[in-house]
Amino acid sequence: MTEALTLALVGLLMALAVWTLVARDTFAAVAGFVPYGLLLTLAWLQLRAVDVAMTEAAIGAGLTGVLLIAAASRLRSTEAPAWAERPGVLTRVLAAIVSAAVAAAVGAGVLLLPDPAPTLAPAVAQNIASTGVGNPITAVLMSFRAMDTLLEAIVLLLGLVGIWSLAPDRFWGGRPGPAPTEDPNGILGYLARVLPPIGIVVGVYILWVGADHPGGKFQGATVLAAMWLLVMLAGLSDAPAVDRRWVRIALAGGPAVFIAIGLLGAGVAGAFLGYPEGLAKPLIVVVEAALLPSLAVTLALLLAGPPRREGGGK
Amino acid sequence: MKAIADLFTIVAVVAGAFFFIAGTVGLLRFPDTFTRLHALTKADNLGLGLVVVGLLPQMDGVLAGLKLILVWLMVLLASATVSQLIARAVRRGGPKP
Repeated sequence: MTEALTLALVGLLMALAVWTLVARDTFAAVAGFVPYGLLLTLAWLQLRAVDVAMTEAAIGAGLTGVLLIAAASRLRSTEAPAWAERPGVLTRVLAAIVSAAVAAAVGAGVLLLPDPAPTLAPAVAQNIASTGVGNPITAVLMSFRAMDTLLEAIVLLLGLVGIWSLAPDRFWGGRPGPAPTEDPNGILGYLARVLPPIGIVVGVYILWVGADHPGGKFQGATVLAAMWLLVMLAGLSDAPAVDRRWVRIALAGGPAVFIAIGLLGAGVAGAFLGYPEGLAKPLIVVVEAALLPSLAVTLALLLAGPPRREGGGK
Repeated sequence: MKAIADLFTIVAVVAGAFFFIAGTVGLLRFPDTFTRLHALTKADNLGLGLVVVGLLPQMDGVLAGLKLILVWLMVLLASATVSQLIARAVRRGGPKP
């Protein structure tokens, strides 16, 4: 029975992937991409990777879907010229063959793994007690491979700076997005008043429960960023000007705390991002609590886009 | 007792799936945006409600059941808001229905 379910899931995934490629209209392609992300979430659940499934649903389907819809709407006027400039049939067939070959190579690599596959899971299970957390994913992300998490947070920050650099010179440091025209007492305003309290509780809960169960700061930060974006979209609050000091401090605060704790570890525990004996859990909690608001602000501003209006003074 | 719970789950989830199929048929066959929105919100929300009610006996604990109901209520809220916004945008002269 599970085999039939898995086969149906894989079939749907491939069909949606093909749809995303052949859809003529960019918006239609994005409309196929978002359910593709959600079905991928189900695929991760079938593989019993719940943390990855939550991140896929939040960032892969949700955040990326919103980004792509915004991009598709901005590119609407260039659809026809872009379609006229498509490469010829031969190039496209060649590209399809190369892509299929790469996919086959990756699939063969996974299917031909020795049984049992080489894995570090037993080593993690042996040493997880030293980190003080119960969820092995969190232990790997925040303790054994904390360097990767730090670099992820900084890469997001760099991506945000890249998006800001798309602003015209005269709007540098201004407010992203169009001026709020939505009626703050309309239906969207109602949703933006009812949903954020629930969303904030859910976001912080996802962060807190990530210590021992699937969860963590990325998923929680995405929920918080979505709530702030809803409030901005509904016109209840304007997007902040990106040269405000509190915005800069909120963005840099999380990674700065992470780096400071890493340097503390270099001094006390002998390695950058090493945790002193017995202090692992409190330090991890501090880092996650500092990273959550930074990530939420980063993700929300990533979606708000480059500044397009005057900032209105310091 | 378990058999009755499982039977109830199967019946309710199948009924929910039937409503989902009905909503999808409405999406594909109705002539314009307003009727399609109607089919989607009414049928899909009822379908989701039946699925949630059907899964309640399978949950271990009252808290997990309450979480399922909360999920259903939030989907209700979100779909009601979004359908209003889409209908308003279409009425103001957006994309042709």
